[in-house]
Amino acid sequence: MSSIWIIIAFLLGFLIVFQIAKASEYVSILKGEERARNESNRINGFLLLAFLIVGLFGVWYCNHTLQDKILGEPASDHGERIDRMLYITLAITFIVFVITQVALFWFAFKYQEKEGRKAYFFPHNNKLELIWTVIPAITLTVLVGFGLYYWYEITGEAPPNAQLVEVTGSQYKWEFRYPGADGKLGKKYYREINPLKNNSLGQVWSDPDNRDDIVASQEVHVVVNKPVKFVIYAKDVIHDVGLAHFRMKMDAVPGLPTTMWFTPKYTTREMKQKNGDDFEYEISCDQICGKGHFSMRGVVIVESQAEYDAFLSKQKAQYAIAMEAENGNPAVPSPSGDSTQTKSTSISAVTTK
Amino acid sequence: MKNRIDMNNDQKIQVHEGAAGTHEVLHTGNGHGNGHGHHEHKQSFVSKYIFSQDHKTIAKQFLITGIIWAVIGALFSVLFRLQLGYPEESFPILETFFGNWAKGGRIEPEFYYALITMHGTILVFFVLTAGLSGTFANLLIPFQVGARDMASPFMNMLSYWFFFLAGVVMMTSLFVQTGPASGGWTMYPPLSALGQANLGSKLGTDLWITAMALFVISSLLGGLNYIATILNMRTKGMSMTRLPLTIWGLFFTAILGVLSFPVLLSGFILLLFDRHLGTSFYLSDIYTAGQALPNEGGSPVLYQHLFWFLGHPEVYIIILPAMGMVSEILSVNSRKPIFGYMAMVGSLFAITILAFLVWAHHMFVSGMNPFIGSVFVLLTLLIAIPSAIKVFNWITTIWRGNVRFTPAMLYAIGFVSMFISGGLTGIWLGNSTIDIHLHDTYFVVAHFHIVMGVSAFFGMFAGVYHWYPKMFGRYLNNTLGYIHFWVTLVGSYLIFWPMHYMGMAGVPRRYLDFTIWKSFNQFNDLNKMISVVTIVVFAVNLMFVFNFFYSMFKGRKLRTQNPWNANTLEWTTPINPGHGNWEGEIPEVHRWPYDYGKDGRDFIPQTEPVGSNESKH
Repeated sequence: MSSIWIIIAFLLGFLIVFQIAKASEYVSILKGEERARNESNRINGFLLLAFLIVGLFGVWYCNHTLQDKILGEPASDHGERIDRMLYITLAITFIVFVITQVALFWFAFKYQEKEGRKAYFFPHNNKLELIWTVIPAITLTVLVGFGLYYWYEITGEAPPNAQLVEVTGSQYKWEFRYPGADGKLGKKYYREINPLKNNSLGQVWSDPDNRDDIVASQEVHVVVNKPVKFVIYAKDVIHDVGLAHFRMKMDAVPGLPTTMWFTPKYTTREMKQKNGDDFEYEISCDQICGKGHFSMRGVVIVESQAEYDAFLSKQKAQYAIAMEAENGNPAVPSPSGDSTQTKSTSISAVTTK
Repeated sequence: MKNRIDMNNDQKIQVHEGAAGTHEVLHTGNGHGNGHGHHEHKQSFVSKYIFSQDHKTIAKQFLITGIIWAVIGALFSVLFRLQLGYPEESFPILETFFGNWAKGGRIEPEFYYALITMHGTILVFFVLTAGLSGTFANLLIPFQVGARDMASPFMNMLSYWFFFLAGVVMMTSLFVQTGPASGGWTMYPPLSALGQANLGSKLGTDLWITAMALFVISSLLGGLNYIATILNMRTKGMSMTRLPLTIWGLFFTAILGVLSFPVLLSGFILLLFDRHLGTSFYLSDIYTAGQALPNEGGSPVLYQHLFWFLGHPEVYIIILPAMGMVSEILSVNSRKPIFGYMAMVGSLFAITILAFLVWAHHMFVSGMNPFIGSVFVLLTLLIAIPSAIKVFNWITTIWRGNVRFTPAMLYAIGFVSMFISGGLTGIWLGNSTIDIHLHDTYFVVAHFHIVMGVSAFFGMFAGVYHWYPKMFGRYLNNTLGYIHFWVTLVGSYLIFWPMHYMGMAGVPRRYLDFTIWKSFNQFNDLNKMISVVTIVVFAVNLMFVFNFFYSMFKGRKLRTQNPWNANTLEWTTPINPGHGNWEGEIPEVHRWPYDYGKDGRDFIPQTEPVGSNESKH
């Protein structure tokens, strides 16, 4: 019902505006084109200036109301680099923004048509143009320099002591695999995927590296102040591991494993103390992946090494779970003789290193 | 070698034939007296208004079709803004119209994703490509270079009708049972390739691809024609350096389109193969709907390269015509020459070249090699230099002018303001380090809506207000124009400026509900405000549409040939030019189009010979 009233209100408003517009057109014809133009010029000139002033105030006000709701403290070492780069860029672009917007609206206001004013014939000035080619070029060189320096640090090889975790996205959930005591992720092949047989990631059971791999879903545990390396897979369509607090992001692509590493700086508990009990490090899917895209949520739990070890020791290897479910006793997996199996070995050998 | 010469000759002959054809039409027009449109009763209704080969009529067809699509596309955005602003509320009226897609008056996720996908597709391609450059390339190229029509009026007509056909197919896709395409306007596979993963990837996506293929044909037919006309059919004295900047903008746009649209088409064809012929261009290692697919070895990233090889030039296809028109309108209404004409042409050229070398900045976190990413950072930020030159030159054009605030001029000023705001955030996103955090967040939404959505619309509105008198022989209502401008300017900033902040908080795009999220649910009030403003801006733009059609019949009539005292050739044609544009000979050109305020004279049309004591510049 209310929507109908709103539509009626809009229609009425429109009718009134239209009548005024029609009337003002007649008035301008009566007054003569010249005078009508002078009048509308004065009004619009004033409005341009007013827009500039109110607009700049609005920029301040927007920043004032929203600044506490945005960035927050970066929770990883890479996050600090990214924020630093962001603030450098903000400073430079904001200066340019203010100068150009003020010049644009102020000149428009100041040089509005007036009787007796003659436009200044000024077709070009090479010196001026050279100046405003060279200055942006230098500024951008600086930004590119900083940007690439950080970019290589962030996307470079992970430190050798990094904790390895595999992340797999599929329509609308996250799964994680820890390498277990051997520190190696076992081979997997997508045709082995079979959730009914407790093999949701397609682990190849004939690979001994798989025996101690632990699989979990929705929550991933990582250790504070220790680099963590995610190897990222997708089962069905493209997803994206988005970690807003760590400022990290990487697509999960079917058939193309990707990686990301960073060092978390604060445990979840520390962040809860700072930001309230409601805090959680969330994983958001940042690449449209179907109707449940907006609800594809995961959680990162950052904890101390001791807590992490305690957590891990309580988990059961997926191999054990699968074999127990199969026939009560851990079976010896069939020797890999068929063609698919050999193929899988070569693929995953490349990807999990 | 010999073959090449022959080919060139063939081309020349064709062009001459085309020119001769239009001459004939002109003569019949002359035979009836003063050659006004309504005297040409040789033409039937169908050939005059429907299957017309007159560039002016085709321009109007593009514009009106574009307006219809713009209303549909904008309406979709109002619908999904309702969801974003009021996620808890239900609107029974939606169920009345959309049935199962909005059960209980609440937008279903599939419907939401269909809406954003179609909103993007419609506005990027149907409105801001066809509606903008289709309209003004057709209208202005023959007028401003001094030609009676396009090089091939027939191809031009085909270009519109392929566009129309694309529209019909796209419209059909809205009504199929599984819904229209819903994988985002970029249509990334595997999501767009697998019907079992996404409802919209069933028939809807086939129709979407078909419509886009027709659209590509349309824009190729148009683009080749624009290039041929600009290069071959300039009137006597109209050297390339005497072309108005509008034409330069449209020329580079056409080149961009001709070189990049075929790549998009090939990408779509491979996608069709993957969908129906069992190929694996983009598919590999997929387990979906309880089944492992046989495809191995494909790469989804390949599609992204093919898509963005058009997708990025596409944003310049959208913005260059607007830049050209804005340059022209700023100069005319400041009563001053455009500052740094050659720098403006040079920067357009630089943007055109760089447009082909920056596509992978959309893919910094796609899994692409980081080294390739770094090369694209450098090339992407280079584009800021020609863009900065353009902005400074526009501002200097206003400086010490004698500025008239026609609605067109206000929109041109608004364009520059928007282009600055949106362009500067491009420097953020083009830097891969910052892009890691901001990629696929609302920051990106804010950036591209301001820099190519709103800006291009402002350029388009500027063009419509400025050349409406040339199109219809009447003025648009000024008061409605001013209200339209001010509400749209303020509204656009209110809608998109705060989205930067949401993006910095990491709020992802394409989410229809934030209630389960702890990190992203702090913007509910803001979302409400944005939705309300969206509705107001939408309403005011409907008012513009009303003004457009009302003024066609009831607007103030034009009484002078040259209402804005402009120098360019289109204002030397009769108020209602017939087919062939000029009644007598095509005028000869003696100077560049920007002699405003020279030697104390307000303006000197291009057709006026250079006087012996005229100062040089």
